[in-house]
Amino acid sequence: MAKPTTVAADSPALDSTTPTQAPPLAKAGGIAGWLDERLTIGALSKHPNALRKIFPDHWSFLIGEIALYSFVILLLTGVFLTIWFKPSMAEIEYEGSYQLLRGVPMSEAFASTLSLSFDVRGGLLVRQIHHWAAMLFVGAATAHMLRVFFTGAFRKPRELNWLIGVGLLSISLIEGFAGYSLPDDLLSGTGLRFVDGLVRSVPLIGTWAEFFMFGGEFPGTLIIPRLYMVHILLVPGLLLALIGGHLTIMWYQKHTQFPGPGRTESNVVGYPFFPVYMAKAGGFFFIVFGVTVLMGTFMSINPVWMYGPYNPAEVTAGSQPDWYMGWVEGAIRIMPNWEWHLGGTTWSWNIFLPGAGLMGLLFTGLALWPFIEAWITGDRAEHHLLDRPRNAPTRTALGVAGMTVYGMFWLAGGNDILATMFHLSLNDVTYVMRAAVFVAPVLAFLITRRICASLQRADRNRVLHGSETGVIVRTVDGRYYEDHVPISDDEAFTLTQHAEYPELEATPAHDASGVAMKPLVSKSRARVRRWYVAPYVGKPTATEIESAHDHGDHADDPALESGDRKALTH
Amino acid sequence: MSTSDSRQVERIHPVPDPGIEEHLPRWTDVDEGAATRVTRQITFMFGLVPLLSIAFVVFYFAIDRNATVDFAGLHAPAQHTLMGLAAGLAILLVGVGAVQWARLIMSDHELVGERHTMASSDEARRVAVQQFADGVADANIARRRLLGTSFAGALGILVVPALVTLADLGPWPGPGMRKATIEKTVWAEGVHLVTDVTFNRIKAAEMEIGQLINAQPEVFKDMAHEDPAQFQREKAKASIIVVRMDPNRIKIPASRATWHVGGILCYSKICTHVGCPISLWEQQTHHLLCPCHQSTFDLANSGVVVFGPAARSLPQLPIKVDGQGFLVAQQDFNVPVGPSYFERDSRNDYQEGQD
Repeated sequence: MAKPTTVAADSPALDSTTPTQAPPLAKAGGIAGWLDERLTIGALSKHPNALRKIFPDHWSFLIGEIALYSFVILLLTGVFLTIWFKPSMAEIEYEGSYQLLRGVPMSEAFASTLSLSFDVRGGLLVRQIHHWAAMLFVGAATAHMLRVFFTGAFRKPRELNWLIGVGLLSISLIEGFAGYSLPDDLLSGTGLRFVDGLVRSVPLIGTWAEFFMFGGEFPGTLIIPRLYMVHILLVPGLLLALIGGHLTIMWYQKHTQFPGPGRTESNVVGYPFFPVYMAKAGGFFFIVFGVTVLMGTFMSINPVWMYGPYNPAEVTAGSQPDWYMGWVEGAIRIMPNWEWHLGGTTWSWNIFLPGAGLMGLLFTGLALWPFIEAWITGDRAEHHLLDRPRNAPTRTALGVAGMTVYGMFWLAGGNDILATMFHLSLNDVTYVMRAAVFVAPVLAFLITRRICASLQRADRNRVLHGSETGVIVRTVDGRYYEDHVPISDDEAFTLTQHAEYPELEATPAHDASGVAMKPLVSKSRARVRRWYVAPYVGKPTATEIESAHDHGDHADDPALESGDRKALTH
Repeated sequence: MSTSDSRQVERIHPVPDPGIEEHLPRWTDVDEGAATRVTRQITFMFGLVPLLSIAFVVFYFAIDRNATVDFAGLHAPAQHTLMGLAAGLAILLVGVGAVQWARLIMSDHELVGERHTMASSDEARRVAVQQFADGVADANIARRRLLGTSFAGALGILVVPALVTLADLGPWPGPGMRKATIEKTVWAEGVHLVTDVTFNRIKAAEMEIGQLINAQPEVFKDMAHEDPAQFQREKAKASIIVVRMDPNRIKIPASRATWHVGGILCYSKICTHVGCPISLWEQQTHHLLCPCHQSTFDLANSGVVVFGPAARSLPQLPIKVDGQGFLVAQQDFNVPVGPSYFERDSRNDYQEGQD
């Protein structure tokens, strides 16, 4: 964060964004003048949100940009691929330039993928850029969601944008899956076979869904053309519309900012869109693009010619989906084999629960979280200042627990790889993962809450007693202590500006005359809020800070440190 | 809710807001020489882009398609590598140059903008509500409710014809359709078992104990050319594994005593979990492991599940030998093969311990 110009602390954050001497468009002539005469674009200059809109700066805000830019790269490279790719399952005999597969019967989809890779100049490069950008897109979107979650950026007024984000993430999984199924190679066909089993497992309507999706029995000849439509038209259209909405709302509501000196709930501190942000963001697009091109150049991805065409009677050991489906794969692998056979029907909980159930649970949970949290805290205020994750310890711990359970399922998706790599029993790995998906998130939750509380305590000590200097001082009476220097006002403010949730007592369920009424704060909500706020250490009050600083001469004497460190004094 | 906000969340500042930090000039702000150097560096980056673009075009046309590069562990087509390198660097330089320009040359004075609460003012709300009420009044809907109800109904019912057009997405899997498709394979009395890919008949006498053959029905030989789509569909159901074990060391239930030929047993190759072809054979334990989700079946015990997410035994195909000693099927599988589906009657699958 660069050092901004001085603004007196008490001065109102007046709009300093309108250029004092806007070049008059009418006089400018040329294209701008031509457009102004037709679209009144000059009037935009009256609006502070036009060219000079202010965007706060932080590295973590770039993660969402990576997702956006990967999407643009996917559109650009995808158009190129459609020029040569043939979404057809008609069988032909390969006669292209890849010697090892000559004469092998395969679908036109697979043959055209080989042709793209070996006969079209630059085809392999674009294919690999497209696949890497897809990996990056889902990865960046996931990381962006975590950033938004841990900093509380989903709170009012941004719940709608959070919901759009959850929608984007869920349909990008479909988009990715449809995409890597298209080449009709042995690996992607195996993935489709799995989806066929998953669709079949849906109670009541599974068989119908399967027949409608595949146009009859698996594999049929329709699934590739249908997935092609889904992959290049339906889902990208939805993604484009949702991304448009996501960005428009972000623009309209203005970006959140991290707390710091001069940053308040009613201002936004940063750089103007034009030229600084345009150059930085535009430049960053080219950096992301350049990096994906280099990845596509040097890092081989999805070499389908090594897998061969799809054959329902063959499979490769160590088959893995793309990374973002790994957690579903893991859940399917470690699920116990529960199946009901009721009368003439079969209920495949062993597939439906870890497949459809788990995905539903994750995305429903994510979508509901902003509303659950608002209910727990009772906080209905607008938030434009981000939380430091330590100051929302229960949320942070829940987030880490969620990441842990995701990670455990993801690891379980490679249980065979883990077993062979580390010379373990495949069965033992599976049994351990079955326990780990339940135990690990609980541990992660407890540990994270502890870490958050410790970090809060460290902040508190820093505000009260300053920064450690590393200099050990010996007093005349032979005691030792470390010298501390006071921290800057800027830092002290940043460490103490956050909102707090005071203890909330349940209100009586009876009025003064003993008549039952609906309590304002129910007992259960008071309890859940207490649990939610519990690991909060509390920031020092102004009096505490003052008294710590008043004893400045020997403020570093450990005897003055707050309660929890008293034990150290003698 | 605004009354309870102050009680439920509070923001007290023990340290007063010191205001936005002082602007510190960058090196390029105070030293003209430094600014000139940075400008030259950025211009140099932009200047490389046309050179790299020309190089890309040259690589596109001039490099032989079969040429490869072998360099420090990289073995790749030369055209692909050099084109990618040139394009990647060119694009990267545009980005790095632009970001450097923004970071070091453009003004880095942070600006402050205002935020307003998202909710509109009470006045604006009142006007909006009034406008809406005026519109409703103009539409005369309050007095003629039937109009609104029939309009909503008319719009809603339009979904039905739209959805019905999707009814032909695929054939309807009613009982008859299921019997003709997912509940049936091409196996039948007298169909020869042939080896995978090469389609050679399998002589019972030539199979060794412990040997496993990936096999298919002989009808595939012609189907592969005549109807490739049908071939793929049938292969996803009829693929089998043939395995020979010592009949005295395995469990063969009485009901299946005639299903094998001297310890040669035949099972569906399609996993009862999600339908992967199961192919990892553990010769000593007689277990067959599915590489997709690690379901493990005991071929020495009528294909029961011993591990993993699969819930049903592997269907066994009854076999015999023909006049020349080649393996042939006695009939189709007695249960549907492959993954479960809702209408599947799973009461006839082999259960551990059955006779």
